[in-house]
Amino acid sequence: MDAVLTPLLDILRPIGITEPVLQFMLVNAILGVSIYLTLHAGMFSLASAGFMAIGAYVGALLTQQSDWPLWAALLGGMAAAGVIAVPIGLPTLRLRDIYLAIATIGFGEVVRVLILNFDDIAASVLTTLQGERVRFRLIEGARGIKGIPTLTETWHLILFLIVLGYLLTRLHRSRFGRAMAAIRQDETVAANMGINVVYVKNMVFILSAVLAGAAGVFSAHLTRIITPAAFGFDKAVDILAFAVLGGTSTWIGPIVGAMVLTAMPEVLRFLKEFRGVFNGLVLLVVIVYLPGGLVNPAGWSRLWQRLGRAQTASPSPSTGVD
Amino acid sequence: MDTLIQQGINAISLGAIYSLFALGYAMVFSILGVLNLAHSAIFMLGAFFGLIAIDQWSLPLWLAFPIAMLGAGLVSVGLELVAFRPLRRRNAARISQLISSIGAAILIVNITQLIFRQIYNSTEAYLPRDLIPSDPIVIESLGLRVQPVRMLIVVIALVLMVLLQYLVNRVRIGQHMRAVAFNQRIAALFGINVSRIFIFTFFLAGVLGGAAGMFYGVVFLNVTPFIGEDVALIGLTAIVLGGMGSIPGAVLGGFLVAGLQIFSIVIGGSSFRNAVVFLLLFIILLIRPQGLLGQPESTRA
Amino acid sequence: MLELNGISQSFGGLKALSDVTLSVPEQRIVGLIGPNGAGKTTLINIISGLSHPTSGSITFAGEHLHRTAPHHITRLGIARTYQNIRLFGDMTALQNLIIAQHARGHASLLDAVVFAPRYRREERDLYQHAEMLLERFGLSGVAQIAAGNLPYGDQRRLEIARALATRPKLLLLDEPTAGMNPAETRALGEQILRLREDGIAILVIEHDMSLIHQVCDEVYVLNFGQIISHGTPNEIKADPAVIEAYLGSDDDASA
Repeated sequence: MDAVLTPLLDILRPIGITEPVLQFMLVNAILGVSIYLTLHAGMFSLASAGFMAIGAYVGALLTQQSDWPLWAALLGGMAAAGVIAVPIGLPTLRLRDIYLAIATIGFGEVVRVLILNFDDIAASVLTTLQGERVRFRLIEGARGIKGIPTLTETWHLILFLIVLGYLLTRLHRSRFGRAMAAIRQDETVAANMGINVVYVKNMVFILSAVLAGAAGVFSAHLTRIITPAAFGFDKAVDILAFAVLGGTSTWIGPIVGAMVLTAMPEVLRFLKEFRGVFNGLVLLVVIVYLPGGLVNPAGWSRLWQRLGRAQTASPSPSTGVD
Repeated sequence: MDTLIQQGINAISLGAIYSLFALGYAMVFSILGVLNLAHSAIFMLGAFFGLIAIDQWSLPLWLAFPIAMLGAGLVSVGLELVAFRPLRRRNAARISQLISSIGAAILIVNITQLIFRQIYNSTEAYLPRDLIPSDPIVIESLGLRVQPVRMLIVVIALVLMVLLQYLVNRVRIGQHMRAVAFNQRIAALFGINVSRIFIFTFFLAGVLGGAAGMFYGVVFLNVTPFIGEDVALIGLTAIVLGGMGSIPGAVLGGFLVAGLQIFSIVIGGSSFRNAVVFLLLFIILLIRPQGLLGQPESTRA
Repeated sequence: MLELNGISQSFGGLKALSDVTLSVPEQRIVGLIGPNGAGKTTLINIISGLSHPTSGSITFAGEHLHRTAPHHITRLGIARTYQNIRLFGDMTALQNLIIAQHARGHASLLDAVVFAPRYRREERDLYQHAEMLLERFGLSGVAQIAAGNLPYGDQRRLEIARALATRPKLLLLDEPTAGMNPAETRALGEQILRLREDGIAILVIEHDMSLIHQVCDEVYVLNFGQIISHGTPNEIKADPAVIEAYLGSDDDASA
């Protein structure tokens, strides 16, 4: 792996992409796929950041407290996120667009606040159970978990994404993948075609959560420290931006979107100070002028046409997010 | 008992701020069917403009207040022109408009942050402590101590809400707003200039949001580019609770959420106050997504 | 085959259907006519599981359908088309027909990932069946065109082909000839008659009386949510109650 990686990094370093930057690009690519799955099935969910937090905390506790190896903690974190997605998805996925978005934002905040107060809650539960004052410290609230072993390596991430990419190409050629696309276009008709819409939506939600959990485990073992603040609404919006920038007509889109958006402030140094301004502009400009995202040939040709002649308001066929 | 009444008064003044803020969300939602998540940035701008007017231009409070409201209203109109209108022209999905409003929010907050750094060399600033006489008004017989700021806020907020109610129900442009909210196409057929109504609605929403932000700054004295984030989800909960497009619902929701927050602080300590709010948001969406005063969600194709 | 017994449906106090009793026997083509707003589409929605009746019972092929989910109803063998065409517009004509065979397949995601023999056999069958349907409806030439970009008549026929792709025993057609010219309508009538020969029962909502005469074995007339007449097309035509219902309202049904 190093034989490939070293020369790759030699090429990337001069433009500002060092190994840690590359690692974050890859972790974010996983998150891009996580939100892509739900969007591709027509669900506007902003829950990925919350599931990422669950993965990160479970994974970090497993390696740090229980000395599990990374691969086992990875499975643990993914499983935890997936299991929690079941009771969340069943009631919430009945909601549609804006209502689903709000509910999933609410879910993310509940996760964040629970992590923030986890030790206190556990302490008061234990105190009541045991009848004497108990001190409980495990995940340290706002201070976060420190000193997590840096076990994630670049090749882990690359391997994970390669496997993921293969699975996604197969997904789109499977019954399940076609059912997802049908649900995005017209949920009612999909049901009339014999597709169990509730089942497919919940499965997709779980898969999306599992991927976000994986990204959480990987990132916890890159950063050494995790705090609940890193998985709040801002993170949910960042992840959304990956999908919006890249576009959701193919799974490549969100991966490209995630990598571009993560690398941009490093490559264009002067942007660093204006990073937030830039992120906002990207969301705004892309959604208004390039609704299909970067990876969407039809969108580009439409844009060229529009720039070519006088601006005429023509409704464009909807793809993905739009 | 005393503290309960005391907390009740706190809840009312906090509720007034939340209600004003939530009104802006609700007005835009009732007309566009779209959630304007940049409204929290408008709230922050209200506080920021107030801060600039008082701290940089040394204006008195009574002058700073309308400046903050007007400034916030104008930026809100800018939002409509930049983030919403182009998408509406293209018939984009409601979700796309939600995303563009998030983009606009990020943009506004970050630009404000850059300006903050320029002026204050930090990302927070304080309003002068003596802005409003801070000696509490003591009501001996009830054993209450009420801060004048809080009284003032409740009074002004109520006046603004009554004015809004009057405007929507009695004035021509308010009636046009209701017509547009009911059905844009039909309103247009009746010769109503729909674009102008949108602009007016965003302006009003911005003015109310700016007022709420200014109040927030005056109560807590501390202004940062991030105060909008504190209330964004609280306002959201308020309108979901009250019923997404309902104007009385937004007011009711604002007061209920404030009451719940204060109550949960009394019971469980301050760290739980937001957890309770978000839990409530979650539960309401699951069992009654149309909210307390709202109509059931129409199944839009 | 399909039996509706005393079906009533009300929306917030408004009675859309009251006490509708109707049956579609095997291998028969049954017409359902009535003025706009009579409740015809509501009835189709109930049969296909999109809404549930306030009271009454539905039996299909001996099974009671009580609050049965739409996908389950499709799996039992009922398929439908829509009054306003609802194809998957971004997908090609061929893809529309592949998706409609969802319930016929069994290959899991894992089968697809490892290219299991089951998956490969199934995919081959799906594509073969889809191509057969395209050919049958004269759509082979447009297989790779996005459904939303097809001419109107092709979209109508593709929708019927898509319903057939679910391999139904009963087909519900909601105004299949809307927007077609007389020649196209006639040709579609021939297609519908051929479906009966294939052993499929059909319930067709239609305004075009020429099609009703061409294909229907029997006809029900719905007015204000109630069945006001039932008989052969010729009997219906002579029924004073039917004439009254149509003359009493401005309707395009006499076309």
